[in-house]
Amino acid sequence: MEMPPLVAMVGNPNAGKSALFNALTGARQKVGNYPGVTVERHSGRLALDDGRPVELVDLPGAYSLEPSSPDERVTRDVLLGAQSGERRPDALVVVLDAANIDNHLRFAMQLIALGLPVVIALNMVDLAERDGLVLDPTVLARELGVPVVPTVAVRRRGIDTLRATLTGLVGTAAAPAAPAAPVEDIRTLQRRARALSKAATVSETPTRRWHHALDSVALHPVFGPILLVALLFVMFQAVFSWSEAPIGWIEDGFTALEAALKGMMPDGFLRSLLTDGVIAGVGAVLVFLPQILILFLFILVLEASGYMVRAAFLMDRMMAGVGLSGRAFIPLLSSFACAVPGIMATRTIEDEKDRLTTILIAPLMTCSARLPVYTIIIGAFIPARQVVPFVGLQGLVLLGLYLMGIVGAFVAALLLRRTVTKGESSGFMMEMPKYQLPRLHDVAIGLWSRAAIFLKRAGTTIALTTVVLWALLSFPQAPAGQSQVEYSVAGRIASGLEVIVRPIGFNHDIALALIPAMAAREVAVAAIGTAYAIDDTEDASGAKSLVDHLRGRWSLPTALAFLMWFVFAPQCISTIAVTRRETNGWRWPVFMLAYLFVTAYVMAGITFWLATFAGL
Amino acid sequence: MTTPISLETLPRHQAAIVDDIDWSRLATPEARRLRELGFDSGVPVQVLHRARLGAGPVACRIGRMTVALRRPVAGAIRVSIEPLAAE
Repeated sequence: MEMPPLVAMVGNPNAGKSALFNALTGARQKVGNYPGVTVERHSGRLALDDGRPVELVDLPGAYSLEPSSPDERVTRDVLLGAQSGERRPDALVVVLDAANIDNHLRFAMQLIALGLPVVIALNMVDLAERDGLVLDPTVLARELGVPVVPTVAVRRRGIDTLRATLTGLVGTAAAPAAPAAPVEDIRTLQRRARALSKAATVSETPTRRWHHALDSVALHPVFGPILLVALLFVMFQAVFSWSEAPIGWIEDGFTALEAALKGMMPDGFLRSLLTDGVIAGVGAVLVFLPQILILFLFILVLEASGYMVRAAFLMDRMMAGVGLSGRAFIPLLSSFACAVPGIMATRTIEDEKDRLTTILIAPLMTCSARLPVYTIIIGAFIPARQVVPFVGLQGLVLLGLYLMGIVGAFVAALLLRRTVTKGESSGFMMEMPKYQLPRLHDVAIGLWSRAAIFLKRAGTTIALTTVVLWALLSFPQAPAGQSQVEYSVAGRIASGLEVIVRPIGFNHDIALALIPAMAAREVAVAAIGTAYAIDDTEDASGAKSLVDHLRGRWSLPTALAFLMWFVFAPQCISTIAVTRRETNGWRWPVFMLAYLFVTAYVMAGITFWLATFAGL
Repeated sequence: MTTPISLETLPRHQAAIVDDIDWSRLATPEARRLRELGFDSGVPVQVLHRARLGAGPVACRIGRMTVALRRPVAGAIRVSIEPLAAE
């Protein structure tokens, strides 16, 4: 079948390109990846007025054809026909923010110079007019020599005219040969762009802009940070409280599915593989979906409203201290819920080295899956006494563990920035877009595409690894009277692992628990519980609780070392899988695993021996 | 008469004009992005906000855009106060 013509949407960041893309394609869009890079490819189908179909692709926002980020490189390569896996477009829709026309025109002129058929969408004309800027599109069209259509993407104004113009453009001109490199330097073009925008300006009246009023609060030296903390507080409250019910439904659903399968199938390996392996494994990961969606809802709304750049502005100085930019703040914060969405959120960081460093330290932020482990160990070993009124020792230890992770992340960032991710910092230079009310439709599309990425991974990588883990725990089958867990391959690996972790105070049970903890950290507690329950045959009443078991079998130094291990612990398989995906290879996930393992080992060892010598 | 100062020290909300940019103090990608954002001699500029935590970035108005810059970059941009606005 012949491929439909390809039309590319291109423009500066914040020109309202995605909203226009959504308005043109509706829900008929696909999100993929360009091969070899972590740049998303958004494409959709559009029927022209004469019925011909075209494929519309939304290229990443760029400031010029000289790329300074992987996103911008894709945009340039597609436009020059040099991007693998992508045809050269047959026509371009160049999107300009009418209010920023003096700046955006320069890139538009570079794009017109490429020689492809072009239509200019003069977007957000309503906002420009509210700001007191009235433009004459006919002057622009005459001077630039291409059609100019005023649009308001969010209100679907000008969309029909744009599509009609596109119908006239596509297929009329033969695609020109790939053009030479841009001929004029940026400053000359910029000056021409400014002169042209002046010529096209009908009237410009300064008005009191409401987003300036918002900024004087959001960026205020005192109220700005207070507002930021308040927003974050609401966000984290929501991540935990709103997700409770949906998590319950997912858990119930998987339990019902497991029960149904058990009812239908005879006991055997296939059933065990499906219930204990696939369903239990995928279920353990899918319960994170509600938290991930809520977190991304906040992130998308904050991003679309324009607030995110303000948060980055406020936090930049602090992040610069460890060689990162303000952009790293939100991904790191998200990692307190779960490192998986946190690492996915690093896509907003332009600079590759900044981004990589942020990915590598994200697992040090204490994720919610570690909380059950902390809670039970602290409950068993740390006395519940008050240090000062209203401040309990247990709470202090918990806070200490969180702080330990943050300090560890900052130290790691400092060291990484001087070694493996060394390089010129791209600094922090960012356009601060106008505030906007996020549109439900755009947020919903963004949310759906994040969910799809997560679900796809849960269905492939994670399902596969949990099956492997299940196999390790189920084979070879133990003879009667022996513990299956101990007899299995995993049990034998644990015996080998014990030799390694013995010097830092870990016993055989902990070594065994570390293996399933790779799948999901909170499983560590359950694994220890299972091992003790199986061993506990003489105690027929089964009255001994897990806490009693722990107190009986672990020394305090061991418990403290175990906690410290989990602060730095090589993270779960989901995190490793998402790191592999976001860094396009095994190199960085393996490095991450190695450095976290060494750090966890050393820190747990130090804790164990200090505690032992202190006579605890 | 105009007084030469940098964008780093320009008082807030003081209308000014970019005089000259010391490109040698900037890294190549920084310099390019700065040009792409429209910084050029003769362009009106204004400081809107300064982040107070330590010496945080500066938010300024260039043309019709608001742009955040780190202090060292802002320091490389020499500006002069518009005689009319200075009065």
